[in-house]
Amino acid sequence: MVSSSPPPINFETGIHALIREEWGYLVSTLYKSIGDFDLVEDSLQDAVEVALGKWKQAGLPKSPKAWLLTTAKRKAIDRIRRDNNFRTKQSEFALLQDQDDDLKEEEFDVPDERLRLMFTCCHPALDDRISVALTLRLLGGLSTKEIARAFLVSVDTMAQRVVRGKRKIKQAAIPYIIPEKSTFPERLSAVLSVLYLIFNEGYSASSGEKHVRGELCNEAIRLTRILEHLCPQEPEVSALLALMLLHDSRKAARFNNGGGFVPMEEQDRKLWDRKLIDEGSKLIETSLAQRKLGPYQLQAAISAVHANARSYEGTDWQEIVLLYDELYNLTKNPVVDLNRIVARSNISSVEEEIDALNALEEQLKDYQPFYAAKADFLVKLSKIIEAKECFQKAIDLSGNDNERDFLAEKVAGINSLQND
Amino acid sequence: MKYIALIYSNEATDPKPGSEEFGQLISEYQAATQTFVEDGVMVAGDPLESVSNATTLRSRNGNLDVTDGPFAETKEQLGGYYIFECDNLDDAMKYAAMIPTVNYGSIEVRPIMTIEA
Repeated sequence: MVSSSPPPINFETGIHALIREEWGYLVSTLYKSIGDFDLVEDSLQDAVEVALGKWKQAGLPKSPKAWLLTTAKRKAIDRIRRDNNFRTKQSEFALLQDQDDDLKEEEFDVPDERLRLMFTCCHPALDDRISVALTLRLLGGLSTKEIARAFLVSVDTMAQRVVRGKRKIKQAAIPYIIPEKSTFPERLSAVLSVLYLIFNEGYSASSGEKHVRGELCNEAIRLTRILEHLCPQEPEVSALLALMLLHDSRKAARFNNGGGFVPMEEQDRKLWDRKLIDEGSKLIETSLAQRKLGPYQLQAAISAVHANARSYEGTDWQEIVLLYDELYNLTKNPVVDLNRIVARSNISSVEEEIDALNALEEQLKDYQPFYAAKADFLVKLSKIIEAKECFQKAIDLSGNDNERDFLAEKVAGINSLQND
Repeated sequence: MKYIALIYSNEATDPKPGSEEFGQLISEYQAATQTFVEDGVMVAGDPLESVSNATTLRSRNGNLDVTDGPFAETKEQLGGYYIFECDNLDDAMKYAAMIPTVNYGSIEVRPIMTIEA
């Protein structure tokens, strides 16, 4: 007889996944009453240990979240009492006051404090690298070791960043609040830029051998989904989520079997993930409809035009150039200008755009994609020697092996043309 | 909690006393100080005389070394300070951003350490 029992799953793995999923929620709620990240993390770790033992025997409680919160609070009080110098007396007071609420928490959800936690981790007074580390650890539930591996730095370096961030939050009294209206937009954009940094680190991997660190992209998407859920009325948040999904939709096509980088014009569009494209396109449509234009909306809109084009040649370049014009007016960013010129050359010609491109050289002389683009222009203009020089500059500026290999192949391509 | 806002600018290019710009700057400082007092955050605040009036002391092995000048040559020099009493860094940053020198120099905000008795 065939057994109808469900396939055996590893109980412990399941619990760890559940805890990681709720980690940001748990940390953010506990920090509100405890006010000290070290104590929060330690007490939560204590609670997890108890949970692993207990749940294995008795099964999951009705609300694992509430169970963990209550237990972690008790553990925090134990820890404060054990701490002789009682520096955190106030926290104990607050925690004891909270004890009455425990019963209610079993039945009702406590308010979600993750938005406060995001604003605190991504406070402009913290260095971006520190914000990235704190966000991934406190909200994402990643270990310092995992974050260090993803960012290709030593565990010590990453641990330093976490320690420095926590210390500054405490000693400089970075508040645990949702910023007031007057500063909300700029503070929100600081949060968005940290989330995008995390995504880009996974997507483009500025250094190292493994090009796509999918885990990091997935984590950035997960965190942005949470933010979108907490700020549904902010079109830039939905747009950033859309932008990430649209980029992510191409991940299967961006590398060939040998691991080499494939540029968009050569990608097999059948490999693009339709589900992600549809979700991203819908999101960007609704954000644009709110008529509060911002840079992420324009970038996502550009990405959506690409994602919905049947072929590279069939891309609606007029629309893309229009969107780049808007984006450039908003940001005055030379990299945007570079992309705009390249897009425009698909409508006009490289002959007409080469001067505009050259005008950017001074500003972008350390930017690899500038020389890669210039080299492509020069190839099309049959200026092979100059093109090769540009490719070499691009290779020298390149931060990872995939990019270098891709550019070296292009140089080899021109060499064989020359020999023909 | 207390925060100090350290005001740095390049003395060589600062508005010079007697100039129209200087008069403008002084009235901006007066207005800012008034806001700090009215909002109840002002603890102290003073401009400093030029670094050319600074004297730097170092004592090593009991030998006091006295130099004429600041502790280090820097592009921007410490030219004054405010001490604010604020609840958190956001408030301290909000007031520090009102210091007129923020528009051409730099304001460094630092929490003042509390020494428990």
